[in-house]
Amino acid sequence: MKINPYFVVLLMTVVGLVIAYGVLAISMFLGKRNPYREKLNPYESGVKPGRWDYKANIQYYLTALAFLIFDIEVVFMYPWAVKVMDLKFFAFIEMLIFILILLVGYIYIWRKGGLEWQ
Amino acid sequence: MSGQPLLIFAAKAVGILAVVLTAATYATWAERRVAAWIQDRIGPNKTGPFGLLQPIADVLKLFFKEEIVPSPVDPLLHFITPGIIMTGVIAATALIPFAENLTLADPPVGVLLLLGISALSGYSVILAGMASRTKYSLLGSLRAAAQVVSYEIPMALAIASVVLMAGSLSLVDIVKAQSHLPFAITQPIAFIIYLIAVFAETNRAPFDLPEAESELVGGYHTEYSSMRFAWFFAGEYAHVVIASALITTFFLGGWYGPGPDGVWWFAIKTLFFVYFFLWVRWTYPRTRYDQLMKFAWKVLIPLGLLNILITALIKIWG
Repeated sequence: MKINPYFVVLLMTVVGLVIAYGVLAISMFLGKRNPYREKLNPYESGVKPGRWDYKANIQYYLTALAFLIFDIEVVFMYPWAVKVMDLKFFAFIEMLIFILILLVGYIYIWRKGGLEWQ
Repeated sequence: MSGQPLLIFAAKAVGILAVVLTAATYATWAERRVAAWIQDRIGPNKTGPFGLLQPIADVLKLFFKEEIVPSPVDPLLHFITPGIIMTGVIAATALIPFAENLTLADPPVGVLLLLGISALSGYSVILAGMASRTKYSLLGSLRAAAQVVSYEIPMALAIASVVLMAGSLSLVDIVKAQSHLPFAITQPIAFIIYLIAVFAETNRAPFDLPEAESELVGGYHTEYSSMRFAWFFAGEYAHVVIASALITTFFLGGWYGPGPDGVWWFAIKTLFFVYFFLWVRWTYPRTRYDQLMKFAWKVLIPLGLLNILITALIKIWG
């Protein structure tokens, strides 16, 4: 008999969920609990803990934007990589044009300082 | 996978799972022994012969530790996040071709599925910082998010050139394409890019900035204790084991080797790369964050793109 490979992956994911969260659930009931205010403070070396609403560096946002563009481009490359031997130079020129268009954006990000970190 | 009784399949699944989880547990022991050896110390040697029972003692201890849920955290997210890495690692074992007839699942788009599953560990790290709602955790997870995301692109580019060489997205086909020459030799640039990116993906030294203890305490898992901390810790080592298995699959010809082919070749290569991870950690200092990010965007990505184009050109001509 033949088992659907996607079903196997799903099955292993379920097994993983059961193991990972089963252990977490069991450990919730083991071990004593003695919470008090000082113990429940967030970690800080003796001083009053700072507030958590840290304003993130704009660079993280720019990185996320650049990632979106490049990640979609890479996903587009996978089917191309499989089929390039059938389509030969046609596929190669297509990808070359695609990368050249992307390169314009890449040079723009670089020149605008989107890749610099302070 | 195909044409085998359900019982044998179940036995294989349980066996593979047991081996991978044991390997992840003993990676913590190996880390401490290798660190001690490199630093001219002894390391854990009291619990059992060569300290071999140390990981078991550690797990039992962490099981019975008090679980502290600090006051600013989101309790539900705090519970969910530690399990994500482990779930992803166990799901990934289904796809790894350990040997010719020791592969649980070989879907035709295995590579894409695997990339998706391994991206899950990024969520765990990002959500951990959001769940903790504290300064150090948030800083650690922001760094981790940007780093994992940036190194995902060179990693995917390196794998794309492997896919180009093999002409298939199935992991078994990729290994079979390396029966004569591993891709580490025919694709040296992709191999090096992948190796570097994998260190950043697993948050291992020299790219372990999300948990840089000298500036961020524990990073994203500062506010975790007991088994919840243990899952982050074990998850990192499980991730290292899986990453080593993937390097073996993509670049070192999986179960092929000089002499008789088989699962032992896979095991030897994987264990070598687990050791390599530890070796690098205890040899190299941590990089600076801006250098790390610049290296991904300004060196690895252009190099990866160039490598793909050259590979395609050679493949079409050759």
